[in-house]
Amino acid sequence: MKKLAYAVTAACLASTMAFAGGHAKTVKIGIALGFTGPAESLAEPMARGAELAIKEVNASGALLDSAKIEIVRADSTCVDASAAAAAAERLVSSERVDSVIGGLCSGATISMLQNVAMPKGIVLFSPSATSPALSTLEDNGFFFRASPSDARQGQVIAEILMEKGHKSIAMTYTNNDYGKGLADSIQTNFEAAGGKVTINTPHEDGKGDYGAEVGALAQAGGDILVVVGYLDQGGKGIIQSALDAGAFERFFLPDAMIGDSLVQAIGPDLNGAIGSVPGTDSDGAVTFANLAKADGFESGPYSPESYDAAALTLLAMQAANSKDSKVFKDKVFEVANAPGEKIFPGELAKGLNILKNGGQIDYVGATAVELIGGGESAGSYREILIKDGQITTVGYR
Amino acid sequence: MIDVINAAALLGNFLVIPGLTYGSQLALGALGVTLVYSVLRFSNFAHGETMAFGAMLTILVTWGLQALGVSIQPLPTALLALPFGIIGTIAFTLLIDRSVYAYHRQRKASPVVFLIVSIGVMFVMGGLIRFIIGPNDQIFFDGARFIISARDFKRMTGLEEGLAIRMTQAVTILTAIVIVILLFWFLNHTRTGKSMRAYSDNENLALLSGINPQRVVMITWILVATLATIAGTLYGLDKSFKPFVYMQLLLPIFASAIVGGVGNPLGAIAGGYVIAFSELILTFAYKKVIQYLTPDGIEIESLMQILGTDYKIAVSFIILVIVLVVRPTGLFQGKTL
Repeated sequence: MKKLAYAVTAACLASTMAFAGGHAKTVKIGIALGFTGPAESLAEPMARGAELAIKEVNASGALLDSAKIEIVRADSTCVDASAAAAAAERLVSSERVDSVIGGLCSGATISMLQNVAMPKGIVLFSPSATSPALSTLEDNGFFFRASPSDARQGQVIAEILMEKGHKSIAMTYTNNDYGKGLADSIQTNFEAAGGKVTINTPHEDGKGDYGAEVGALAQAGGDILVVVGYLDQGGKGIIQSALDAGAFERFFLPDAMIGDSLVQAIGPDLNGAIGSVPGTDSDGAVTFANLAKADGFESGPYSPESYDAAALTLLAMQAANSKDSKVFKDKVFEVANAPGEKIFPGELAKGLNILKNGGQIDYVGATAVELIGGGESAGSYREILIKDGQITTVGYR
Repeated sequence: MIDVINAAALLGNFLVIPGLTYGSQLALGALGVTLVYSVLRFSNFAHGETMAFGAMLTILVTWGLQALGVSIQPLPTALLALPFGIIGTIAFTLLIDRSVYAYHRQRKASPVVFLIVSIGVMFVMGGLIRFIIGPNDQIFFDGARFIISARDFKRMTGLEEGLAIRMTQAVTILTAIVIVILLFWFLNHTRTGKSMRAYSDNENLALLSGINPQRVVMITWILVATLATIAGTLYGLDKSFKPFVYMQLLLPIFASAIVGGVGNPLGAIAGGYVIAFSELILTFAYKKVIQYLTPDGIEIESLMQILGTDYKIAVSFIILVIVLVVRPTGLFQGKTL
């Protein structure tokens, strides 16, 4: 009985605090991305994407009671789970942020979710963590992602490979949650479609020499080499080494391998490589790219998702009329999906005002985001072809 | 018959040439470690960072030369920058010796103290390198990439398997041979070299016969810095320059030196190749080779791989342990540790 009394008192205290917090004049948003580590070249354009949405809302002055948003950046790294947890811990405990956008890589994101976001009750909204594990992980409703699960990307990649007439593939993945998840998904889907996976083997990032790995891949053979790695790390090493040894000439590059730095590093030999990266042909994507250019940065992989993650967080706060994660987490689905007025990038002020007047919105954003399942994007993908040293778009699926 | 040639080309492409290259890089590194051990009598853990430091200086000079438009096509510009890197590294190692090791030498500190001091030096150098050039990958290779590319080889010979020889691989192997010949000539046929060997064999006797110890120490550091810079630059040219990778190289280098017999230069070279080839042979997948060598129609499902490539680094450890247990003096009689 005594315990129950305590619990009730604590709950009352918590709710009054939440109420008081909901109407404060500043909202603090943490941006925890992998600014260092194997995906560091993606992090900066992503952070700028998220900050663009925040800037837009700040300029409108329409959030809550014309609250100002403060941004705190943190380095969640990519492969170092303890560094990611420490970064999130700093954001939540000492910076006292109301919500976190991040992390970049799946392993880091899982660590931040389990060690900090879930126990402390802070919404974690990742633009780019794609591991299928995050779909089933218990999150008490505090985790969302603007990117689709790799279970979906695996289907898309298997489809593309089959359509291009590749009947057998050799595959190597970076030895972490992201790599393993996506590689397994590709294998399952590709084999279900009647293809043959000759080898599916991990590689470690940060090594000087990938000759031995490529040797094993070459012996297994296959029409095309699927490199589920990072463009700044082992993925690049594997491709370089495969080309040097003449082991493979055709490559498939999943999302984390798409970036200009890879094309520059490898040179003309990469021409003809195909790939996939989350993307859409909706008007929102073009609008966002122009907004990014006007803000002085080039939209890269996952910067549209970052914009959407930040925008959805803020719109959900507005819909819940509270910046408290425990309250606004229940509104994220409502603002992201139909019914309601469609909101595109650059129209955040309009969305905020509709919500303020009790209306409903269906946030489309830069990636035509539609939340499904436990709070992840349904996902559409851009099919990529490396042609004349440029990353070109073949189509969407 | 053609199948046998195909199998040979396959092994050449994935085993022999990469093994010779990697072995040469390890041998040059192990020679540096072994020189320090035999003359100065301690295990120099800072050797990996010395290699990275030398490679870094060479890279900086290479960039300078590239900016000036100097090149020696089809050879990489870094070869031209190498002497500058060597001089810089020599100056730096001598500075470290004066400021750090000289003090402990004067106090006749035990080898363990030296070893721990060298770990400190390793961290200081590592920090300095990351401060100057950063922790990231640096690509400084230019010039022709291939002597024979796999595609050209297939076209020329009509074989199914390609045999690629990269420019950096050829440069590495040739440089290693030249350096080793020069080093042995120096140690065996010059007065200074002989005095070094005398000092290494018996310090007190050498001192009695009038050998100047300070000079021997200085020459040793000059040789070590030269070897380290060349090894580091060749490794960086062949793979890519990344400071972290050089610290990881320390294990196979020490394994090479110990397997060959610490303190024995010939052993260091043999050890380098033993380690390199063991790593490759044990982790190579032999599926295609066996397919070529067996009669047609036999379908092999497995990759025929003894160990996964993840275990490459473990191979050095295993060899190290076996040698220390079975033959602690190494293949060639070195000093026991």
